[in-house]
Amino acid sequence: MASLDRIKVLVLGDSGVGKSSLVHLLCQNQVLGNPSWTVGCSVDVRVHDYKEGTPEEKTFYIELWDVGGSVGSASSVKSTRAVFYSSVNGIILVHDLTNKKSSQNLYRWSLEALNKDSSPTGVIVTNGDYDREKFAENPVPLLMIGTKFDQIPENKRNDVLTRTAFLSEDFNAEEINLMTGFTDRKRFNFKNLHYD
Amino acid sequence: MSFLVDSVIMVTSQVLFFGFGWLFFMRQLFKDYEVRHYIVQVVFSVTFAFSCTMFELIIFEILGALSSTSRYFHWKLNLYVILLVLIFVVPFYIGYFVVSNIRLLQRQKLLFACVVWFTFMYFFWKLGDPFPILSPKHGILSIEQLISRVGVIGVTLMALLSGFGAVNCPYTYMSYFLRNVTDSDILALERRLLQTMDMIVSKKKRIAMTRRQMYQRGEDQSKQTGIWGMIRSVTSPPPNSENLSLIQQEVDALEELSRQLFLETVDLQATKERIEYSKTFQGKYFNVLGYFFSIYCVWKIFMATINIVFDRVGKTDPVTRGIEITVNYLGIQFDVKFWSQHISFILVGIIIVTSIRGLLITLTKFFYAISSSKSSNVIVLVLAQIMGMYFVSSVLLMRMSMPLEYRTIVTEVLGELQFNFYHRWFDVIFLVSALSSILFLYLAHKQAPEKHMTM
Repeated sequence: MASLDRIKVLVLGDSGVGKSSLVHLLCQNQVLGNPSWTVGCSVDVRVHDYKEGTPEEKTFYIELWDVGGSVGSASSVKSTRAVFYSSVNGIILVHDLTNKKSSQNLYRWSLEALNKDSSPTGVIVTNGDYDREKFAENPVPLLMIGTKFDQIPENKRNDVLTRTAFLSEDFNAEEINLMTGFTDRKRFNFKNLHYD
Repeated sequence: MSFLVDSVIMVTSQVLFFGFGWLFFMRQLFKDYEVRHYIVQVVFSVTFAFSCTMFELIIFEILGALSSTSRYFHWKLNLYVILLVLIFVVPFYIGYFVVSNIRLLQRQKLLFACVVWFTFMYFFWKLGDPFPILSPKHGILSIEQLISRVGVIGVTLMALLSGFGAVNCPYTYMSYFLRNVTDSDILALERRLLQTMDMIVSKKKRIAMTRRQMYQRGEDQSKQTGIWGMIRSVTSPPPNSENLSLIQQEVDALEELSRQLFLETVDLQATKERIEYSKTFQGKYFNVLGYFFSIYCVWKIFMATINIVFDRVGKTDPVTRGIEITVNYLGIQFDVKFWSQHISFILVGIIIVTSIRGLLITLTKFFYAISSSKSSNVIVLVLAQIMGMYFVSSVLLMRMSMPLEYRTIVTEVLGELQFNFYHRWFDVIFLVSALSSILFLYLAHKQAPEKHMTM
């Protein structure tokens, strides 16, 4: 077991978007019954067979580090959170499809994690005013997940999907949209992430 | 004619206050959330606008701006509207949004919201019974009944916040209380935190691998069906599941530890930042200010005790008192009327501005601390309710700080309330709040260094 490589993936996003539920579902194959506030960071592990069925099959442990809090936290919280951002192999950005602000805040989340920028005032990024170059040469793969898709009324679903498609293009990230009641676990495949 | 002009001035200022409340809501309170129910924002801004108008009317009273009949009219109008909002509109919407969050009651939202509102009214009415706030000649549905109850709640809130603020302010400003935190302390804690996380990860890896092997070997617990299966699992449980539950317990304990370490690290970082801040100019200025505030705080506690013990309610306000002292003892002659007007205007103005600013800042901090995306609407409405009651009762209490000739309008408009009772009640609650804050801060301060000792 010790010979298996270590893969560390951060799960970032505003409070209440569903990061803890997502991580629990991925690792325990069960829906989280009573989600509560995440204080600090909670880690869970998923065993994954890379390139299953082929001769190069290798089993990995994927550590999902679910970091709690909001982008607007005090600088002391941000500096403490920065401890978790070292040597990251991938980042999952989670946003709530029913709450536009959580999608906008993803810029600041990703900057915080990628730059490990601990300056308190940070970079106040407004809509569309971001540095695309930073994301283009970013070696860390990004995956964007939108939750609570079924809570959006039917007629608005197309608008939401277009908006999030633009968003994930900006990040140069892959995109998945999820329902609140998960049943099908085969939808979550990490084959989109490329390991070094 | 002048009435029309006055009304136009009042309405313009109200619109300005409304706009300010709107902006404050959007930029400060709700900056991390999406506003989906605009009614919440409207209600909040309306409450804010009418509360500020009351303060504005007091200022006009002192300055003698606008004619006195139009002032009186606007006072009454404003008071009715604010009572309407605080007692009917805001509680109803609070009930409505609370009910919308509960899944079971989705069908009959309006009905349940009305039920909640009636419960609120019942308790609100009952609140007035133990207090000697009315003289018996008032009828059941008079305005004094409502104001007196709103006043009691608001005065309690004011005194609680005042007491805590008076103690907390010097504590945070003065660097005397800052614990010594070095960079190595923080680094050591961070290292421990990461080590704990690594331990959690390795244990979880074991659990995951064991579970996977169990699954592959078909030792799934759910396959133990039937009586024999149950007996077998009781007498000799598969060794793997025993191990699993042990490891799971260890993991739970480690996770609890990691949470505590995280919070401690945040605390240390915050202290370190405060230490750095105290070395700057601003920090030093606030430090000196803190010393003055601590003297002021001690004096206030002392005065509150004296008032209660000697059953004394001040008859004259500080402005006239100060002027009397200067005239009689220092022998300086100056125009009493002229100066009393200006000084009381400045004093009342300062009180108003600092209390509005202080309340808004406290509300914002409170909102950030406890709100989530589900409950944000309810919490904002509760804060609007608190804000309205707070402002109404500060008008009530401000009567004491004004010279006699300006008090009459407040007395006239608010009716014959037992104002002395409110001052006494304020002193009592202030004393209780200040003393318990001192106790609380003392305990918190003492406990913290011990936590670091055990490292």
